[in-house]
Amino acid sequence: MTRRSITNVVMLTLTGACAFLTVSVMFYILGYLAWHGGSALSWNFFTKLPAPVNSAGGGMANAIVGSAKLLLLACCIGVPVGILAGIYLSEFAGNTIASVLRFTVDLLNGVPSIVIGIFAYTVVVLPMHTFSTLAGGFALGIMMIPISVRSTEEYLRAVPSSLREASLALGAARWATIVRVVIPAAFRGILTGVMLALARVAGETAPLIFTAFGNNAWSQGWTQPTASLPFMIYTYAVSPYDDWHRQAWAAGLVLVALVLLVNVVTRLALARKMPLSR
Amino acid sequence: MTTTDLPAPSRNSVAGAWRRLTRFDLGDSAAHGITLLAGAGIFVLVGILLVELWVNSSVARHRFGWDFLVTSVWDPIAQHFGALPFLYGTLVTSFLALLIAIPLGLGTAIFLVELVPARLSDWLAFIIDLLAAVPSVVYGLLGIFVLVPVIRSAVEPFLRSTLGFLPIFQGPAYGFGFLAAGVILGIMVVPFIVSVSREVLLAVPQEQREAALSLGATQWEAASQVVVPYARSGIFGSIFLALARALGETMAVTMVIGNDPRIRASLFSSGYSIAAVIANEFTEATSTLYIHALIELGLILFGLTFVLNALARLLILATVRRGMVRP
Repeated sequence: MTRRSITNVVMLTLTGACAFLTVSVMFYILGYLAWHGGSALSWNFFTKLPAPVNSAGGGMANAIVGSAKLLLLACCIGVPVGILAGIYLSEFAGNTIASVLRFTVDLLNGVPSIVIGIFAYTVVVLPMHTFSTLAGGFALGIMMIPISVRSTEEYLRAVPSSLREASLALGAARWATIVRVVIPAAFRGILTGVMLALARVAGETAPLIFTAFGNNAWSQGWTQPTASLPFMIYTYAVSPYDDWHRQAWAAGLVLVALVLLVNVVTRLALARKMPLSR
Repeated sequence: MTTTDLPAPSRNSVAGAWRRLTRFDLGDSAAHGITLLAGAGIFVLVGILLVELWVNSSVARHRFGWDFLVTSVWDPIAQHFGALPFLYGTLVTSFLALLIAIPLGLGTAIFLVELVPARLSDWLAFIIDLLAAVPSVVYGLLGIFVLVPVIRSAVEPFLRSTLGFLPIFQGPAYGFGFLAAGVILGIMVVPFIVSVSREVLLAVPQEQREAALSLGATQWEAASQVVVPYARSGIFGSIFLALARALGETMAVTMVIGNDPRIRASLFSSGYSIAAVIANEFTEATSTLYIHALIELGLILFGLTFVLNALARLLILATVRRGMVRP
């Protein structure tokens, strides 16, 4: 073998090793979480409030409900704005405005989540003088916008223009065409985008630290601080107690299982490649 | 169709004209207006975000001016704040992350595009994409309980005994510190490099490969000397994107970097990053100056990621376009 063909084999093997390493990290994370979290998971985890230190048997029911409330709020903000702006980009915007808006959306997507947290703090927490579920939901909602905009736009664009033309030729107005032809045709795609956006913000912790804060009991309402799964994982993981560490593993397993399930199901159900939400 | 059961508009009557207006223009204008409102809302949102960061950091900006960026003191009790230790920590950990993620990600992308059948490649890329979906707090959890012990008991002693003459590999092995934060960040940003690089490598026209191979190049030579250079600006774009991610990443870094606002050369020592100090101290900040200093750090972070993201988008756009148009 010549030196060139040896180099060829060695380098190609190395790229294979890189791919193997990267893929195996994913399986390692899954396996480790299943092993550690699975043993700490019990029925109590889903039904009980957090127990005080050194008394066994606590759960994270309040954090699970808290996360659900935060995500509901996030959807109320992120989904309408995201989908409408996506429709605007794909159906109405001229080239220049579209590319400027698209660029802005991408930049918003790139804003670090902790900075979104500061923003929610200054516009919601400061005027209300309290940490609240509302503020947390607001922060997560903003983070959902860019992902839903881009996926909505992408799937609307994928609708063949012959469908639009057929509808217009039958005398339907543009808005009627969009509402009754284009959106139904792209509905599954748009739903996928929303689900992936939801899955992404479900695991966000940084924007919740000084918006939704945390709560060891049930949250008393939308204007009160609330616990959430990611924030619980954080506080429990950095605590010095073994019991809490076990709870953190269980919460990590639940969170990752939910997030990955949504990712896998939506992407497989759609059977179309969805780009990474970056 | 909604409209087929309505009487057809006649061209000559006033009523017909009115009906045409309501059926076509008004509905369309309304739809246009509502969606435009949502789009404009996003502009306004980004605008307000910037204004809020600017206004709410004013006290610190006036007090310290540009010195904020080069002051290495962070003393909440004496009310003296400087961003340098955090800038240093953010840059060091992000640089370490890229050092790990670039070869790993690029190697993976080349393997997925050049050597693997398309179906398998899609599947592997999908699994790697899932790495990006794992919440960062879970990376932090794994960092604390898996990575840090390994780094403390194996990696750091090994580095000290082999490369210990370098100042960056000296000092006691705590586990928590720049090295742990850099490694975990590296793993976290790999999927971004893989995903974007794979996309731009796939956009390289097949003729480029065939030309290189027909001239007698080996597969590696075709990949490394023809395909990768052809897609290089897109690959740089993916690296900037990953860098922007690494700079802004909060939870995983907060949990493993050790949280100590000092500038030290050794990668084994504890440090701090911009995002981590905001996450840790924001709720404890009591004075206005303290809060404003933290928000100014947020503003710096926003500026850094803004520039990097803009660069990354432009580069990726340029490459993918070039791949689409046959040269």
